Amino acid sequence: MSSRERILGRVRRALADVTPDERPYEEAVPREYLREHGDRTAGQTVELLAENLADYRAIVHRCTAEEVPDLVMRLLARRGSQEVLVPPGLPPQWLAAADPVRIHDRAAHTAARLDRVDSVVTGCAVAIAETGTIVLDGSPEQGRRRISLIPDHHICVVRVPDQVVSSVPQALERLDPARPSTWISGPSATSDIELDRVEGVHGPRTLEVILLG
Amino acid sequence: MSGTFVGMPGFPPAAHPAFPAAAHDAVHNPTLRANLRHATHTIRAKRARAVGELSDWAALREAGRRIKDHTLRHLDRYLVQLEESVTAAGGTVHWAADADEANRIVAGLVRATGESEVVKVKSMATQEIGLNEALAQEGIRAYETDLAELIVQLGEDRPSHILVPAIHRNRGEIRDIFRTEMGKWGRPAPEGLTDTPAELAEAARLHLREKFLRARVGVSGANFMVAETGTLVVVESEGNGRMCLTLPETLISVVGIEKVVPTWRDLEVFLQTLPRSSTAERMNPYTSMWTGTTDGDGPRTFHLVLLDNGRTDTLADEVGRQALRCIRCSACLNVCPVYERAGGHAYGSVYPGPIGAILSPQLRGTGSEIDASLPYASSLCGACYEVCPVAIDIPEVLVHLRERVVEGGPAVRQGNKVVLRPAKGHAAERAAMRAARWAFTHPGALGAGQRLASRTRRLHPRTLPGPGRAWSGTRDLPAVPPEPFRDWWRRTHGGKDGAA
Repeated sequence: MSSRERILGRVRRALADVTPDERPYEEAVPREYLREHGDRTAGQTVELLAENLADYRAIVHRCTAEEVPDLVMRLLARRGSQEVLVPPGLPPQWLAAADPVRIHDRAAHTAARLDRVDSVVTGCAVAIAETGTIVLDGSPEQGRRRISLIPDHHICVVRVPDQVVSSVPQALERLDPARPSTWISGPSATSDIELDRVEGVHGPRTLEVILLG
Repeated sequence: MSGTFVGMPGFPPAAHPAFPAAAHDAVHNPTLRANLRHATHTIRAKRARAVGELSDWAALREAGRRIKDHTLRHLDRYLVQLEESVTAAGGTVHWAADADEANRIVAGLVRATGESEVVKVKSMATQEIGLNEALAQEGIRAYETDLAELIVQLGEDRPSHILVPAIHRNRGEIRDIFRTEMGKWGRPAPEGLTDTPAELAEAARLHLREKFLRARVGVSGANFMVAETGTLVVVESEGNGRMCLTLPETLISVVGIEKVVPTWRDLEVFLQTLPRSSTAERMNPYTSMWTGTTDGDGPRTFHLVLLDNGRTDTLADEVGRQALRCIRCSACLNVCPVYERAGGHAYGSVYPGPIGAILSPQLRGTGSEIDASLPYASSLCGACYEVCPVAIDIPEVLVHLRERVVEGGPAVRQGNKVVLRPAKGHAAERAAMRAARWAFTHPGALGAGQRLASRTRRLHPRTLPGPGRAWSGTRDLPAVPPEPFRDWWRRTHGGKDGAA
């Protein structure tokens, strides 16, 4: 007997005392929790996002579409970045004024090569106000998962209010499970020393979020 | 390797002393007590704040309980569905009935890549099966990359907390471990390393960087597996998880069969309750989700090893099966007065604290000294149940397991029905219960005994003699009333006749 059959057989024997629940799943598990917490306008939801991002030490900037190139240029210059990683579908105007050398996201790049790049600029799939979370799903504006992981400085552009939802349930509705996703809430952190939160371990230690709208 | 390997080599439960003996040193270690007190009290207050932010917490908790119960009730169906989904998305699914088999599968998969080292994301399942030690026997080096796991691995120590395995270490001890041990495993700690948490985190970043960048094989667990989509979810903080899940060419995930949830939508419950319960954050810094493999992004090969290792035995217990709802948040450890004083090592398992006290004796059986003592490692105060985000009634299961230890009875071990014999060392308890049962079913004798006790009350000792002395050393013996209650009731008709 294979282990698969053995385990499934054990499960079935273990459940011999249980009557199966043949109702549709949505009836079997009632969900009386809220779809979102509180009643906010779209503008207030964006405010809450900014507040919660900042609470977890992300640096938040707000600007209009015209101001993005200049802002990105200044953020990269302040950081002293020589090279910046660029996802394939990033709107070119976002980097129109930036000085650093563009390194395009390619499969051929080794991790060691990406480790020498200072910064990365990406878009996002959705942002969650209640938790201060941005979600990347590997779409062309965001690129491969590793490009937003290895550089120490991540600039993420969120289009507000279109890409902002209030809550975790609303975010999951917008995401495609087939795409690999990365949920980011502030820069890399740890609570491993005396259960106290410290920012900055393996992921980008500086996360800057531009709320564009 | 032997056929009955149950994880954590060098630390088998058979050789581990019972909980009271194991806890003895910990409760007399002032540094450990201070470290644990500081950490658990810090997180308790933060958790209460994070949970308090959600007005619908009770409804989320109830939904989490129901999702898990429904899944367990149809576990066979959801495991088969998960297998289909993962396979359709480009992954390969393996089934492991016990620790030995899981270790063999993983070692074989690593060897097939030609590599001799792997980077690991913190995973309770791989600790439970003793994967690192099993891989070492095959000549494969496993690097732990979670900061706390790194501290434990470098210090040749044992984990003492589910979420923060090095919770028993303070910053000074961590600095000392980094200074002396890092060089033996790779890049040494920076010169002049101090004990500020930020510097310690930086030292870990530098030490592990080279390992991440060259890693070809990653090993992980998972917090959730979605049956309908085949998606796996890893919740973490540091980014070491992202490194291990995306940079290597081959990813091997070892996951307990109880981690499956039916639908994508179910994540909306647990992604709200888990971070707030564990690190007391609105959301943990990083959550990774992946479905099989993705062209050009992340590992090209993905293996999922589904682990039983006592879970189906636990599922067979009508009362105890609720322990399988656990999402490993560790909130129950942080509120437990026993854990706070005894620390995690005394529990003799990778699962310490209240959840460990009900999980270990079910996964491993109650045959060993430590496992038979774990159901007693509790004052039954119920704080663990209050904070549990999936409403596991831990006190109920503890009492149930105490009964099983004392009385024995039917259980399931490795898929087979067995009848457990009553454990040794509970003879006095059983005799007392037998005597009580006899007295309460013989009212005449009970009444005569009570009257005798009342009349001789002035002669009763204030403390118990013999082996009972330890018990009465810190407790007052209950005073016997001048007249038994039932006599008083009969005489006064419940006080109606006015005579008190």
